[in-house]
Amino acid sequence: MTLLLSLLLLALSIFPTDAPDEGQRGTFAITNARIETVTNGVIERGTVVIRDGLIESVGADVQPPADAEVIDGTGLTVYPGMIDGGTRLGLQEIGSLPETRDFREIGEVTPHMQALTAINPASTLIPITRLSGVTTVLTLPDGGMMPGTAALINLQGYTPNQLDAGFRGVVLDFPSSARRGWWDRRKPEEIEKQAKEAMDKLNDTWDEALLFARIDSAYQVAPDPKPTPEYVPEMEALAGVVRREVPLLIEVDAAKDITAAIGWVQEKNVRAIFTGVAEGWRVADELADAGIPVITGPVLSLPTRNSDRYDRAYANPGLMRDAGVQVALQTKEVENVRNLPYNAAYAAAYGMGREAALEAVTIVPARIFGVDDRLGSIEAGKAATLFVADGDPFETKTQVRHLFIDGYRLPMTSRQTELYDEYLNRTPGLTK
Amino acid sequence: MRYLFLLFLFAPAALAQPTGDLLIRGATVLTVTNGTLDNADVLVRDGKIAEIGEGLDAPRGVRTVDGSGRYLMPGIVDAHSHIGISSVNEATNPITAEVWTGDVLNPLDIRLYRALAGGVTSSHAMHGSANVIGGQNETLKHRWGLTDPEAWRFEGAPRTIKFALGENPTRVHGRGRGIRPASRMGVEMIVRDAFTEARRYRERQNEYEAARDEGRRMTPPPYDLRLETLADILDGEILVHTHSYRSDEILMLMEILEDFGVDRVTFQHVNEGFKIAPELAAFGAGASIFSDWYAYKFEVYYSTAYNAAILTRNGVRTSINSDSAELIRHLYHEAAKAQKYGGLSDDEALALITINPAWQLGIDDRVGSIEVGKDADLVLFDEHPLSVYAIPQLTVVDGIVRFDRAQDADDMRVFVDPEQIVDEATLNEHHRGHSHDESCLQDVATQDAWWLQ
Repeated sequence: MTLLLSLLLLALSIFPTDAPDEGQRGTFAITNARIETVTNGVIERGTVVIRDGLIESVGADVQPPADAEVIDGTGLTVYPGMIDGGTRLGLQEIGSLPETRDFREIGEVTPHMQALTAINPASTLIPITRLSGVTTVLTLPDGGMMPGTAALINLQGYTPNQLDAGFRGVVLDFPSSARRGWWDRRKPEEIEKQAKEAMDKLNDTWDEALLFARIDSAYQVAPDPKPTPEYVPEMEALAGVVRREVPLLIEVDAAKDITAAIGWVQEKNVRAIFTGVAEGWRVADELADAGIPVITGPVLSLPTRNSDRYDRAYANPGLMRDAGVQVALQTKEVENVRNLPYNAAYAAAYGMGREAALEAVTIVPARIFGVDDRLGSIEAGKAATLFVADGDPFETKTQVRHLFIDGYRLPMTSRQTELYDEYLNRTPGLTK
Repeated sequence: MRYLFLLFLFAPAALAQPTGDLLIRGATVLTVTNGTLDNADVLVRDGKIAEIGEGLDAPRGVRTVDGSGRYLMPGIVDAHSHIGISSVNEATNPITAEVWTGDVLNPLDIRLYRALAGGVTSSHAMHGSANVIGGQNETLKHRWGLTDPEAWRFEGAPRTIKFALGENPTRVHGRGRGIRPASRMGVEMIVRDAFTEARRYRERQNEYEAARDEGRRMTPPPYDLRLETLADILDGEILVHTHSYRSDEILMLMEILEDFGVDRVTFQHVNEGFKIAPELAAFGAGASIFSDWYAYKFEVYYSTAYNAAILTRNGVRTSINSDSAELIRHLYHEAAKAQKYGGLSDDEALALITINPAWQLGIDDRVGSIEVGKDADLVLFDEHPLSVYAIPQLTVVDGIVRFDRAQDADDMRVFVDPEQIVDEATLNEHHRGHSHDESCLQDVATQDAWWLQ
């Protein structure tokens, strides 16, 4: 008995503190848990079986397999991992240090710059983020008009390829009529002039990409008699966009610009996803009619105009969804992507409702990114990318107890929890 | 004597602010200092909490608010903000103790209304962090609608001053202007030299006054507002609030303060406070922190969201501040994060945004809890304020309803800038993914490239 107890204690001491930082795969059964599947309602008491990185089965009547490690989920709830539709995670470690900022390249049109290349899988921000139940994020380059190609990543693994969750999108910062911040003191004429110049540049670039794609297609069909086309890397990246193979992530916020962007997307027949969309509520019907999916946020944000109601940014996602827009959420964060659930909660409280807000950080972004066969809900056959919490994950004090990404059971530690353990009762204390 | 009447001319403006009467009936009252009262009534007379109990009747003409199913808490106090002032930094010298944010109040700033809509009834409008010894700050009461800056001062609040250690002053002066301080060594000497000079300045004044009293002839020492202010710090008349991050620089300042006999200090931001919580507690220092910011500059990189819990458990009087026009609108949510990260009780978490910041600003005898005799600065929520779904419904300052969600119009500006373009959208840093730059370097950073990108 004593031996058994000490073995048990040994096992407890090995996991999670001595577990590999990026977790361990195995066969697990989370039993007696409440399960919010997101796509198939709530199972009040059921089991989720995880094997080979996938959800093998889920349901009220599922029995844990004999070889499974059982995790008692009594009093706990299983949720699909949350997806943040717009971050800079992995591309920036410390905000003020240029040496740790890899999200921006030189040049206005650099769609061939790959965010995935520069994502640091060992960023200390990643474990801090995933402990909140955020398992998957879109990471975007930023800077010029077309700063690069964004990548969807899962927050687990040792190499960028292990993090890769599949989706790619080319980023376009749509010509803006808005002021960039309180410090932006440009004259109105200047703003207008710069926006027009940017629009011309965008159209020229698009025309060039169309031409490049046409030449490239012709060459691919019959390469022999023709001279090899010139190597234009940024145009190669854009060829996929003009052919509608790769979506364009269009950052657009002011109402006037959203309207302009809708017109541009329709004219050019672009496969578009709008991001930001801070004033989407002003033109929600136009957005709904155009059928363009939206990734909006941060929700915890100030209104764009002094004359706007104080809670407009909180209410924006709900107002767009009510109009019929497909709405996913983003934090636009780096260090506090972990606050995605609170952004969703504010959207929920100020009109979106909890169910829609949960969808907006799970299945809706999964659909927008075309990865809903693997992510976004608790369904058999999907990736075991999920977490188990002791309550509503949007509620501030709720604790995430267990976390899986691609079937890897992750240690519930980060540098922040380690500092807590070390310093709560510091030794030596006041005197040595 | 012949100017005495002037005192009477100016005194009423400084003393009497409009106050109101109100009865909030049947709410769950979160007193913060005396636990939670279910189904209690709070009667407000002349801007003060007159009575707390059950079955109270509204005197004739006093408005009654139905609080049933709702939660009443003390007005939230923010110990660190930069809203309601038209400039933040006088970044021209490592020491600018002579300037004062109270000279540049802007009661028309819409951000003040938005803070009020988030339940914040008092804020500490601070000078920035460009200088080692920055300017003096103003403590505000959010009397939205009153356009006279005088009406916004928290009358009777102690004077406070901003200090700043570490990266900001060394960047602005050392690297930016090629003068000391360029290192944390320089920061220490700036403070020590300043305090020593101020001490001598006060000694010379005392010598002169003694000579005058004895009828001896002596040249009066020159008057210097900067040294005068510094000497007031040494005399304990001004509370020190110092921007700080790293544990070593915090220990350094505590040593200086001890050497010069200054015993009231609040460390602002203090991301590494958790590392020296026993020392902070032994000194009796306050800590005013962010709930969860940690990677916006190198000096915060080794920090943790468990800071509030570690500090509180070690006996440090801790508050959670905003330093942000966005964050100030949901400090109740920021406080709840101390329950996620370290499991503070409801009262402990609420104290982080009420009685503790009030103590740090020296106004805890007036605000920060629901007690008879205190100012009627109150917020009514539809749900428990530590729930993420809670929405402030009513914010009361001095017994006057200054925010009412049910009555809130879209446009709450009290002044429309005639030069502003109609329908112009301004994005803020949050839309561009820069939410974690301190507002502290405002007015300086416009010349500085990195955070504007």
